Amino acid sequence: MPQHIKLKRGFTINLAGKAEKTISDAPPSDTYALKPTDFLGMIRPKITVNEGDTVKAGTPILFDRQMDSVMYCAPVSGEVVEVKRGEKRKLLEIKILADKEVDYEEYKQYSVTDLIALSREDAQEQMLKGGVWPQLVQRPYGIVADPADTPRDIFISTFDTSPLAPDYDVLLKGQGNFFSAGIEVLKKFTEGKVHIGIDAKAEVSSVFSDIKGAVSTKFSGPHPAGNVGVQIHHIAPINKGDIVWTIDPYGVAQIGKLFLKGIYDTTKTICLAGSEVEKSQYYHTHCGACIDKIIEGKIEHRNVRYISGNVLTGEKIEPDGYLGYYNHLVSVIPEGNDYEFLGWMKPTTEKLSFHRALGLLSFLNSSKKEYVLNSNMKGEERAFVQTGIYEKVLPMDILPEYLFKAIMAEDYDEMETLGLYEIVEEDIALCEFIDVSKHDLQGIIRQGINLLRET
Amino acid sequence: MDVLRKLLDKQKPLFEKGGKLEKFYYAFEAGETFLFTPNTTAGKHGSHIHDAIDLKRMMITVVIAMVPALLFGIYNVGHTHFLAVGEQADFLQKVLIGAQVVLPIVIVSYAAGGLVEVIFATIRRHPINEGFLVTGMLIAIVMPPTLPLWQVALSAIFAVVIAKEVFGGTGMNVLNVAMTARAFLYFAYPGDMSGDVWYYLGDKQYADGFSGATPLGLAAEAVSTESVQPLAATMAEFQDGLFTFWNMAVGLIPGSIGSTSFIAVMLGAVILIVTGVGSWKIIVSAFAGAYAMGLILNLAGANEYMNLPAYYHFVIGGFAFGAVFMATDPVSAAHTELGKWVYGFLIGVITVIIRVLNPAYPEGIMLAVLFMNVFAPLIDFYVVEANKKRRLQRATV
Repeated sequence: MPQHIKLKRGFTINLAGKAEKTISDAPPSDTYALKPTDFLGMIRPKITVNEGDTVKAGTPILFDRQMDSVMYCAPVSGEVVEVKRGEKRKLLEIKILADKEVDYEEYKQYSVTDLIALSREDAQEQMLKGGVWPQLVQRPYGIVADPADTPRDIFISTFDTSPLAPDYDVLLKGQGNFFSAGIEVLKKFTEGKVHIGIDAKAEVSSVFSDIKGAVSTKFSGPHPAGNVGVQIHHIAPINKGDIVWTIDPYGVAQIGKLFLKGIYDTTKTICLAGSEVEKSQYYHTHCGACIDKIIEGKIEHRNVRYISGNVLTGEKIEPDGYLGYYNHLVSVIPEGNDYEFLGWMKPTTEKLSFHRALGLLSFLNSSKKEYVLNSNMKGEERAFVQTGIYEKVLPMDILPEYLFKAIMAEDYDEMETLGLYEIVEEDIALCEFIDVSKHDLQGIIRQGINLLRET
Repeated sequence: MDVLRKLLDKQKPLFEKGGKLEKFYYAFEAGETFLFTPNTTAGKHGSHIHDAIDLKRMMITVVIAMVPALLFGIYNVGHTHFLAVGEQADFLQKVLIGAQVVLPIVIVSYAAGGLVEVIFATIRRHPINEGFLVTGMLIAIVMPPTLPLWQVALSAIFAVVIAKEVFGGTGMNVLNVAMTARAFLYFAYPGDMSGDVWYYLGDKQYADGFSGATPLGLAAEAVSTESVQPLAATMAEFQDGLFTFWNMAVGLIPGSIGSTSFIAVMLGAVILIVTGVGSWKIIVSAFAGAYAMGLILNLAGANEYMNLPAYYHFVIGGFAFGAVFMATDPVSAAHTELGKWVYGFLIGVITVIIRVLNPAYPEGIMLAVLFMNVFAPLIDFYVVEANKKRRLQRATV
């Protein structure tokens, strides 16, 4: 029996517009994009193709000059139509006009039995070239893993507790063999263990139960119990000097496909959900798809916000923006760009609150009630006043308030000793949600991580 | 409401960058955001949804929690006034007199302190913080009813400048602002803050034989005088049972405007605890600390004050009000959860020590809170160090 860790602290945000478990084929998008900005650790991206070049799915088109062995590949075959740059020529998007049929770059194919004998060196070489390496994310810092490292352990969370999160059982439907193959490959990279965090509440899952060669641990509790960072903290926390890798189940299956099928397979199932979506459900598409065709005719209102990822940590994108590399979800919520008369004192049961201050009555609602939340800040930024509240939504032995202040004061020793190595943005996203003073806490965490990386 | 919104939108450019009244942007903003929750939306990255709470809502909750104490205070100032001058009066007369005395103090406190806030916000170009909604009320409530209004204004200005703004404004202050205001007056104008100041007399005189003593004053006397009976009995007999335990719990006794009634304060405590705005840990541990110290002194029992049943400390003086509303100020209290237990407990202990063992200060809560405000960062320091240590020890395993 796997160990069962029960987490108490946290807060599950129950948003309206959860997806039904049906999957349809999305109308194919015209363009697909690779966004260098999805890779937080990337400082000096270098593009290897020009506008007008034709590429196959799996052709390397980008790398980071600081870690030049890791190749970032085209998600589909077609023509590079635009290299979009922002201020100071910052590389934003590499857009590819897709062919009707995806043409794949070919890599070496293995059988399941071959995989057992495969060496780390050979596996690494194929993964670096074949576009799947960036799926490996290093902790501390939440950046793309360095192939020169040997991680202490590798962690995979197989469930997501964030608002409107897709179900990985649906995302990986029928791909159990690829997932297992991916685990087999990953095992070669660490002398420690491959840990799998499993949702204790879920029914026995066909994909994730009984994975050979990995250690399963069950987790239960409110969000962020599904965050891999929280799971690491409870299984084997990251100490100074430790390096562990994390990867999401989709990435594991993609690695499996690279070896079993010999291609960089970027087909993915994504979820379109949120209160503004007419019928929330799952769709088949490819990585980096332009969302315009996917959302067409499915959104009820115009004043909405499209988010690649979940509402706590995702990125706001335009209606013709592109799906992020690590995202399996497009959330659509109302844009809250309106004023509300005496909105700060009106009693309400409709606005969700973790607090119970005057008139915040959502705690009286049943826990099954679904909320429609918009993107309004619902207040102005203020100094830190309330204390002891962030801890209640962070199930880790960490004092968030002191960590935030250490980062703001640029105190490197404190950041380190207060546990910044264990945290990335998603772990404190709930702190940001419940914050009375409306600070950009995820921004503060990234700022701290960047400071530590510079040293 | 559209009319109001349109009016604001029309004026707004005046206050924005480049506008004629640009300097007063934050004053305008304070008014605007009071009327309308702003239309700002979340950024491109980070959380796209936010909790319905904001600092305004949190602060107004504290103000609401103080309302029972304030209303009772208004009644009680009138009640004790007629008691002292020996006249009969009905409920309405008492409330009228009370309102006449208390409301100007509240208004002056808000106006003087608020003005300083606005001036600092304008000069330093930062938003006006809602914390003053609470501070202004607190300052008024802990003053004696006879205090001259200019002293109310002076103390509010002093406290906002010295206790808050010089440290960088809301959220950065070390000391509780309202307690600083009171301590300032206590040491600067002791004659107006202690002794015979607790009954509002107006232009009348005490009735014949009426004494202006408070329970704390009476208790302090018990230290130096030999008494044949317990202090509680002496109190109960004083002026026709004015200081019986129940009378003191209800709060129909002289004292600072809003802090005499244990019951009204407890109503506020319930609001703070249920809403989670005030830390129940601090409140509970402060009462536990006072009770524990009371018991220890009972054991020593060197004089009648030491023999006073420990729970009497809850109802005399301003202890309950201080423990519920002053000690729980999140900025000046301990910030860590473990630290809050220690912080609250020591406030209770020190209050009783000052009351019983130090004849110079009849009331201890004010200095206990300020003292522990200073020590709160130290308590937190050890809690935070323990957290770091756990992390370091893990590394060697």
